[in-house]
Amino acid sequence: MGTAAEPQFHVLAVDDSLVDRKLIERLLKISSYQVTAVDSGSKALEFLGSRGNNGRSSSDPVPSVSPNDHQGVEVNLIITDYCMPGMTGYDLLKKIKESSSLRDIPVVIMSSENVPSRISRCLEEGAEEFILKPVRLSDVNKLRPHMRRTKKLKTHQQEPREDSERHGEIRSQPARQHELEIQQSQHHPSQQVPQHQQQKSSNNNKRKAIDAEEGLSPDRARTRYSGVATF
Amino acid sequence: MDVAQLKRQLFEYTTLLFHEGFLDEQFTQLQQLQDENNPDFVVEVVSLFFDDSERLLNELATALDQQNIDFNKVDAHVHQLKGSSSSIGAQRVQRVCIAFRNSCQDKNVEGCLKCLQEVKHEYSLIKNKLEILFNLEKQILAAGGSPPV
Repeated sequence: MGTAAEPQFHVLAVDDSLVDRKLIERLLKISSYQVTAVDSGSKALEFLGSRGNNGRSSSDPVPSVSPNDHQGVEVNLIITDYCMPGMTGYDLLKKIKESSSLRDIPVVIMSSENVPSRISRCLEEGAEEFILKPVRLSDVNKLRPHMRRTKKLKTHQQEPREDSERHGEIRSQPARQHELEIQQSQHHPSQQVPQHQQQKSSNNNKRKAIDAEEGLSPDRARTRYSGVATF
Repeated sequence: MDVAQLKRQLFEYTTLLFHEGFLDEQFTQLQQLQDENNPDFVVEVVSLFFDDSERLLNELATALDQQNIDFNKVDAHVHQLKGSSSSIGAQRVQRVCIAFRNSCQDKNVEGCLKCLQEVKHEYSLIKNKLEILFNLEKQILAAGGSPPV
């Protein structure tokens, strides 16, 4: 459990299954993330629109810089189930990537079904990773490098990003920064590339994916796809 | 029965459930997510699974009772049941769901009805066995033992 002094990444989890919501919530909390769990894509968008990400409409050309315009908690990553009634995880992903205020939030897709075309479609649309259910702690451990860094959590290793709308991170903790520095250097030198608006799943993600794949233990029957769907 | 005996019983019972394929590794994952601050996590998730499954089994019975069966609807329910059983490690339930989905895809009424019976049967088995397991854990705690796992 994270101490109150540490800034915690906030993850928005989306899943229509009550059992899976409970599970993902616990997995995330045990990994020291702050969690909001909702049961549909539309509720997710509602939440994103009403909190710190300042639900601007997707027609806004450039987010304005305004230090005090954030009200609630920010979201550093969205993890969503694929198969949901109404708005699927893919639909949600698309909406997020089409929104100027939301598109920089990393999205991870979960699914119980290993469908290569589905996986590549999601990755092409900008998902960071595709996780096969049932989700385990080892899967959640791999989320950390994908977390969206906000201004206060940023380290000087990272190139300055267009974080104009994402300040207002209330807590700044040097200790936390240090941890992030370590993580950054260990995992993702590729994440230094400035991520402007049109960044979809690119070579960076693919390279990350291959690194991630190497960590898989051979006795696990299931595979996980991130960046490169291999089949 | 003293705590040591109860613990042994619990251990043997749990091992048996794994051996017979009632539970798989995912159940172990759940147990690992439990700690002093969340001592009832497994029971809570499993209870949600029980509630959810019972609802789905009812829906399935209704859906298969129709004159014109909507196989997409049936499949959707089975998909949900498959997902939640997989998430808690109820392996045998999950396996029947896979067969069930095949029958749905083939629009095979008889196959579906058979699968429904099977899944109801497997569900009641795992429910019963998990209740025994949780009961043993409770007894251990009541006898002053530390929480298992």
